[in-house]
Amino acid sequence: MSATRMQLLSPRNVRLLSRGRNELLAGAGPRVCSLTSPPLSSSSPGRALSSLSATRRGLPKEKMSENGVSSRAKVLTIDNMNPTVKKVEYAVRGPIVQRALELERELSEGMKKPFVEVIKANIGDAHAMGQQPITFFRQVLALCSYPELLNDSSFPEDAKSRARRILQSCGGNSIGSYSASQGIESVRQDVARYIERRDGGVPCDPDNIFLTTGASDGIVTMLKLLVCGEGETRTGVMISIPQYPLYSAALAELAAVQVNYYLNEEKCWSMDLSELQRSLDEARRHCNPRALCVINPGNPTGQVQSRQCIEDVIRFAAKERLFLMADEVYQDNVYAEGCQFHSFKKVLFDMGPEYSDIVELASFHSTSKCYMGECGFRGGYMEIINLDEEVRAQLTKLVSVRLCPPVPGQALMDLVVNPPQIGEPSYDKFSKERSATLSVLAEKAKLTEQVLNTVKGISCNPVQGAMYSFPRISIPEKAIKEATDKGQQADMFYCMKLLEETGICLVPGSGFGQRDGTYHFRMTILPSTDKLKILLNKVKEFHQKFTEQYS
Amino acid sequence: MKKLDYTVLTRRANQIKEELRQELRKPYKQVIDLYWGDPHAAGVKPLSFVRQVLAACLYPDLVNSNTLPVDVRQRAQRLLGECAGGSVGSYTATAGIPEIVHRISEFITKRDGGAPSDPENIYISPGSQWALRNILKVLVNSQASPRTGVLTPGPCYPLTNFTIKGLGGVTVPYYLSEEQGWELHVGELHRALDSAKGLCNPVALYVINPGNPAGYVQSRKTMQEVIRFASEKRLFLLADEVYQECVHGEKSEFLSYKRVLSEMGPPLSDTVELASFHSASKGFMGECGLRGGYVELVNLDPDVMKCIYKLFSTDTCAPVLSQIALDLMTDPPQPGDPSYPLYSEETQHIKTMMVHNVKRVFEVLNSLPGFSCKPVEGGGFAFPRLHLPPKAIQKAKEMEMEPDLFYCMTLLEEAGVLVKPGMENGPKEGTHHIRFCIITPDDTMEEMLSRLSSFHTQFMKDFS
Repeated sequence: MSATRMQLLSPRNVRLLSRGRNELLAGAGPRVCSLTSPPLSSSSPGRALSSLSATRRGLPKEKMSENGVSSRAKVLTIDNMNPTVKKVEYAVRGPIVQRALELERELSEGMKKPFVEVIKANIGDAHAMGQQPITFFRQVLALCSYPELLNDSSFPEDAKSRARRILQSCGGNSIGSYSASQGIESVRQDVARYIERRDGGVPCDPDNIFLTTGASDGIVTMLKLLVCGEGETRTGVMISIPQYPLYSAALAELAAVQVNYYLNEEKCWSMDLSELQRSLDEARRHCNPRALCVINPGNPTGQVQSRQCIEDVIRFAAKERLFLMADEVYQDNVYAEGCQFHSFKKVLFDMGPEYSDIVELASFHSTSKCYMGECGFRGGYMEIINLDEEVRAQLTKLVSVRLCPPVPGQALMDLVVNPPQIGEPSYDKFSKERSATLSVLAEKAKLTEQVLNTVKGISCNPVQGAMYSFPRISIPEKAIKEATDKGQQADMFYCMKLLEETGICLVPGSGFGQRDGTYHFRMTILPSTDKLKILLNKVKEFHQKFTEQYS
Repeated sequence: MKKLDYTVLTRRANQIKEELRQELRKPYKQVIDLYWGDPHAAGVKPLSFVRQVLAACLYPDLVNSNTLPVDVRQRAQRLLGECAGGSVGSYTATAGIPEIVHRISEFITKRDGGAPSDPENIYISPGSQWALRNILKVLVNSQASPRTGVLTPGPCYPLTNFTIKGLGGVTVPYYLSEEQGWELHVGELHRALDSAKGLCNPVALYVINPGNPAGYVQSRKTMQEVIRFASEKRLFLLADEVYQECVHGEKSEFLSYKRVLSEMGPPLSDTVELASFHSASKGFMGECGLRGGYVELVNLDPDVMKCIYKLFSTDTCAPVLSQIALDLMTDPPQPGDPSYPLYSEETQHIKTMMVHNVKRVFEVLNSLPGFSCKPVEGGGFAFPRLHLPPKAIQKAKEMEMEPDLFYCMTLLEEAGVLVKPGMENGPKEGTHHIRFCIITPDDTMEEMLSRLSSFHTQFMKDFS
């Protein structure tokens, strides 16, 4: 192939981080933000510095009486704030979770409820639900934190040598120093080696690795680079429906065009080429689609894409000149027989230079999921393939705005990609802990699918991977009507009722996206097996009761 | 337009550090790196109590062993009880672990002489700049015409300016008066605001106190003027107070903008919209790498607060270790606690060190022709002024560099000292400075000053 193919992300069409253009704007009108404020009165305003607001964060507030509320209009109001921020929604931490927290508070204050505890199956937080951390990881991190412990004989030698190595790569030998914005170099090298091992030897350049504050940080950063243009040339980003709502939130904030492609529920949430094509063609009429986001293993759907499917997607992206974003944070969470994780990078390179030389790809990983479940560390990385050099320079500038990712998260990522090896003192324990965690998750995945499928009106695809189930629920017409009257989505109405009556907190499917006229909820498979059984039975009972009540 | 690539300096420094590691010969054995505001990298030791608690939280076996002091273990136990599933690996509530947020609000109240602080108005984030960026996202409308403007000081912390521009906003500089110890004159605020007419729509005023890079600590009088100005001109006030633990001048006292605002009473105290930022990165803790900071929001519109919540929620939450670090910062060991003597000794040592360093910097640099240095009253840096001879400026021009970058590059090559060229901080046009961290052990400071003095004397001679 002789012609050098122009890269998708070239400096011309990336939104450059240029210094503000201080051009004179002709005919600047009156200041947008000031409302005509009435003269200041001396009567006590409603919002004294000392008043403890009754508002709980995020909850709809009782309208305070208007009298005496500040006689002076606010400088920053809903009307003059950045309009794109107003559109940001994030269902995983939305109103249903707020209500669950309230209920927990009420329970702890002794209020009587139809349940004794709130079971939070809304967020992919393994430790919160009782999963244990990997001992080796925590030992090394404790040693890094307080190096005096290197003299303590209760810590194994291999943990100590890891800690020393990490500390040596930190400024002042402290995890409290800033690292380079791209991340500690030795960690990036270890990540590159991990990727090479994982992908059967496909080379990985450490310079293409960027450590991030959780995978979310990397995803948002790449989206920022991708989004530009105006009106009909505004960047469109293809994302699966259903999707993890970080994507929709980020796209709303960036005022990008969200281009939905539906996953095929009938075929276990697989990606459908004809659907991708349909979605793309439709989108081209009103925006400029430039990127295709894939979550594999899937969130909320739990599907593990087949190798063939991934190849098809890569071919599609190549043909249609789309930047591929591969969210692979659940790559170790694969349970179903016959399923295997295939990284987009590996498949791309297996397809040969016709594709691997030209397809632009960003792959994302994290310390929050898999068998570690260390959400609270905000550790992650992204690997960038075939990015234009000048765009790369912009990326380097962008990540410097964050200063650097949390160093403990970087240290943890180092351990994840470089775990104890056979023969090392900590290997046996590490290996046991990892297997145990993953096998328990596999059992719970199976259990969830089985129980939910015994419920008339609930149908659940196999949970092939990740940490969630996204079953379809049938909601009677009467209930839909009542929900609509209340101004609620039908599945939100369902989930709220479920919460109030059973204490189980799930997230309605409308928070993730679903085909019109269908309803789902997302639940995690993370509660302990005992709690999960209780949860599943309660959901079953509730659904039957709900269906009867609204028949 | 001159080619301004400041990364050339840090890249060269990394090269030299590598060459030294490989034992290539240089006129010096190691590079003294005071470029960043990074105390640990500059040689300051972490606080023992902080690291012990973090270790015990990370590896709870330590809670039950006798290795660590009893108050450390108790604190870790309490903190772990406040984490979901008893693990620092869980997510937390969006704004932070509620008990920690509550304790931060108590710290603020105590610090501010009793001015109440509502925990609902506090968000913990991965570093104060992260929170600042979120607030700026709400303020700056990238699609507005005219563009949103934010008044920022000259000189300033460059990252803030960079963030504003990256969000599609415009920075409007107001210059601090170097001659008068970097004082902020309200007349200059008026001038800056007027200069923005027709260019942008200013919505916010960003102040740094104690200063960065310039080492001032604002007086109450100045702060009251700033508050009145913000109120009169309907500007949202952004107060970056991350260096509040770094006060060196004997006559200087840190007052928070919240406190001054509160003590001005209504109507100002009830209406001026304020965001105050603090961090675990600076001060005695110096835990830059943990990425822990918080913002306290005052007098904001409730509907805007809801949007802010949603924005923070998409970040899920700040790292748990960072939240714990903030807790330890705002609720340190007290007299009577087993860890108190060591904690007190370590923090006192750092304080003495900073006071000593700024005194030496003042003495040494003011004795060198070509340097002038205002007293460093507070903050983490010295920002002395360079009075470069015309020949040096000419040479810099020939090398397509700003004069202060040229100075810093030469200083690095010949003396193995890495400091930041002042141009990056946006001081007044035509002035040249260097910036270096003063939160560093005294012997490092002495060595640096010694190398700088020799180099500078030679440099001035060479270009006379």
